[in-house]
Amino acid sequence: MERIPILRMGEFLLVTIQVDMHDQLALTLQDDLAERISRTSARGVLIDISALDMVDSFIGRMINTISGLSKVMDAETVVVGMQPAVAITLVELGLYLPGVSTALNVERGMERLRERLDAQ
Amino acid sequence: MRPERTGSQPVRSEQDVVLARQVARKLAVECGLRLVDQTKLVTAASELARNTVIYGGGGDMDWEVVEEGSRKGLRLVFRDEGPGIADVKLAMTDGWTSGNGLGLGLTGTRRLVDEFSLESAPGVGTRVTICKWN
Ligand SMILES: Nc1ncnc2c1ncn2[C@@H]1O[C@H](COP(=O)(O)OP(=O)(O)OP(=O)(O)O)[C@@H](O)[C@H]1O
Ligand SMILES: [Mg+2]
Repeated sequence: MERIPILRMGEFLLVTIQVDMHDQLALTLQDDLAERISRTSARGVLIDISALDMVDSFIGRMINTISGLSKVMDAETVVVGMQPAVAITLVELGLYLPGVSTALNVERGMERLRERLDAQ
Repeated sequence: MRPERTGSQPVRSEQDVVLARQVARKLAVECGLRLVDQTKLVTAASELARNTVIYGGGGDMDWEVVEEGSRKGLRLVFRDEGPGIADVKLAMTDGWTSGNGLGLGLTGTRRLVDEFSLESAPGVGTRVTICKWN
């Protein structure tokens, strides 16, 4: 089965979404991430969506779910690299991502996660 | 208004939703839509294609490159012969879903495009037409 790879970087997990995901692939990623967070006790998840040229309600919901799920599992999620056109479209679509942190790029996202962990 | 080019694309599976997005993107670029408008149209197409698959039991996306004076636009029609929508007004309410969605697809799509029309009859099917101009 087709899968989106999850990379481990120390205490964080990094997911780079590079394909135009069909719905099942997004759902599989959600499940895989939950399983990996639990198995590795990761403290943070970075989801790099800089290659995504659109985020619709389904992918938006997946991002929301991953973020909520990781919180329950004591990990933080940061979504990085959202293209400006995608951000504008999401707002107009009416999809707000409450509780989802975002950062401009992976480096900044990583900093954000470290700050969060240090503050705890 | 002179139709320049038309075509049709099956929308029957999740993979077809991805294909519909890709076709919409290619045509939007050809129509000279700027990046933000391309993205809006592609996102709208994704929402409607998914509805066609999930609720409509599959259908088709017809596309047409339209011209009006010096303006170019892309018109997409999503049609299916599924159960139809009993209460169109309700379906067009932000946040209303009969399934597991967010109920954003139809209302959000209307905000993303320049023209939007929804025709549906129970037992006959659903037809959603959208258009975006450059
Ligand atoms: N092609 C269709 N055939 C039959 N019913 C439809 C069709 N498209 C939409 N509907 C009905 O209209 C409702 C609203 O659709 P809409 O796309 O706005 O929200 P959703 O699909 O439920 O959630 P979301 O799109 O946010 O994931 C659907 O729940 C469904 O009941
Ligand atoms: Mg929908």
